[in-house]
Amino acid sequence: MSALLEIEELQVGFGGRTAAVRGASFRVEKGETHCLVGESGCGKSVTALAVMSLLARGGQRSAKRMSFAGTDLLSLSDREMARLRGNRMAMIFQEPMTSLNPAFTIGSQMTEVLTRHKGGTRAAALDRAAELMGRVGITAPGMRLGQFPHQLSGGLRQRVMIAMALMCDPELLIADEPTTALDVTVQAQILRLLATLKRELGLSILLITHDLGIVARVADHVSVMYAGEVVERAPTAELFRAPQHPYTRGLLSCVPVPGRVQRDKPLGSIPGVVPAIGPGFAGCAFRSRCSHADETCAHEIPRRQAGEAHDYLCRLAPQSAEPQPA
Amino acid sequence: MLRLIARRLVLGLLVAFTVMTLAFLLTRLSGDLAVSIAGPSATQADVEIVRKAYGLDRPLYVQFFAWTGRAIVGDFGQSYFFKDSVANLIQKRLPITLTLGLVGLSLALIISLPLGILAAVRENTWVDRSVTMFTMVGQAIPSFWLALILMIVLGLQLGILPISGTGTWQHFVMPGIVLAFTAIPALTRLTRSGMIEAMASDYIRTARAKGLSRARIIFKHALRNAAIPVVSIAAVQLGFMLGGSIVIETVFALHGVGYLGWESIAKNDFPVVQAVVLVLAVFYIGLTLLADILNALLDPRLRTG
Repeated sequence: MSALLEIEELQVGFGGRTAAVRGASFRVEKGETHCLVGESGCGKSVTALAVMSLLARGGQRSAKRMSFAGTDLLSLSDREMARLRGNRMAMIFQEPMTSLNPAFTIGSQMTEVLTRHKGGTRAAALDRAAELMGRVGITAPGMRLGQFPHQLSGGLRQRVMIAMALMCDPELLIADEPTTALDVTVQAQILRLLATLKRELGLSILLITHDLGIVARVADHVSVMYAGEVVERAPTAELFRAPQHPYTRGLLSCVPVPGRVQRDKPLGSIPGVVPAIGPGFAGCAFRSRCSHADETCAHEIPRRQAGEAHDYLCRLAPQSAEPQPA
Repeated sequence: MLRLIARRLVLGLLVAFTVMTLAFLLTRLSGDLAVSIAGPSATQADVEIVRKAYGLDRPLYVQFFAWTGRAIVGDFGQSYFFKDSVANLIQKRLPITLTLGLVGLSLALIISLPLGILAAVRENTWVDRSVTMFTMVGQAIPSFWLALILMIVLGLQLGILPISGTGTWQHFVMPGIVLAFTAIPALTRLTRSGMIEAMASDYIRTARAKGLSRARIIFKHALRNAAIPVVSIAAVQLGFMLGGSIVIETVFALHGVGYLGWESIAKNDFPVVQAVVLVLAVFYIGLTLLADILNALLDPRLRTG
């Protein structure tokens, strides 16, 4: 497998005062689901927006390397980037209720992506839209195409967003917490749908989530983000079996896993909150909450290798097996 | 959609009836009509003759229903002062007021929509600040002052436009500009804030994620949503322009309905006052209805369940 998306040392800042992403590195292989996981505010959504070049006004990104299918994303003009977006890389969002334009029909919003990037007639685009709506499990696509967003439920709207993202047959789908706003049954349906699409279309998915349950179910690889950095990267099974970074271990101890957590023991938690990180910050960002921290944590932290595709950002030596509460 | 229009129509009729009642009652409240018509030098006998001649000796409700009954079929009676029927007077003045109002509103929209959009997409830059400054100055300038300045510069110094009267289309340019300036600040600011809100919305982020062109994002996706409040306010502004352009009509000697209303109030010409109030109210109601229909066309949430 070769990498479809390669991000090295991504930095994103807003107005020079806050550093939202501080040197995040990860790669998404062709045909895999890669999860970016972390708490709210750790920079995972900003990372996704930076990849799509959709940062809000005032957001500035820089990176050592940002390549998509061999194309250097950093050297593209706004116009060239727009030609890529919605076409070869598509994105769906956390807010299905507000992500569709209330003033236009579903059909109009779906067809304009295809006609923009691939040309062709509106009628052909409508056919394609209906076909994809069927594919994402929307019944009576013909009727839905003529409806407006407010006539659809949240789950349906997210399906429409997914179908719309697939209009141009993209290689990469970035899904930013696509199920967070939906209720649990719909959530499961959407996750199953994404897994099916990945398998059938050979789609690569960059899935952003804070939910380790979702990670365990759908991810091939995981990147754990903390305070704008990727602190640990591993194949999913390995991450759950032998997490290395104290933050990852802390995260895992917060989640009840049948057979691993005893009924009468309290669940773990990580003390404190994510610190505000200024531009001049050095050392490990987790040290203020880490039980293993000492004075060396304020210096440069090495990236250690714990397996073939498994590395982490901590001075502690690799440990084997069984996670322990932090 | 049809139900919406029907409901608004019924509501509009009720409002029109209320306005008729109020216009009727307020003119009666302003004093004894017979005395003011007869004039200050009239004797008591003269006043009584006038009272009988104009039917003012009848009970109030009889007068009211007699007037409304005729007003509904377009007969507003005779003017006390102009020696002409009220319907004729209004019919002659109405085209002037309508032309002025439409010219004013069109100019206002032509100027404020692009300015508002420009300020929004260049938010917090010098462009945005200049536009905001312009709207504040526009808000602060009194109409009569702007009218006089335009007359001096365009009419007298440059001599490119006539300064008063209603002979040609050129006569409506300057008053149109002045009238437009009463609406430009509000419409510009509304367009700007609507566009800023729309551009920051999730559906615009989606449109950008779809790789659409900037022009399509601004003019299709954002403007369509930002236009909804602008349409409502523009309709109200036009209603205001039709009725409230008395100052401008006076300065430019355009004898429209507003000016007629003012004249008839000054001369105690009550049938004319009542009719002018009613006609302007009906226009206002019609425009609000039009705004509701346009909004429903722009916003599918108002149209469908």
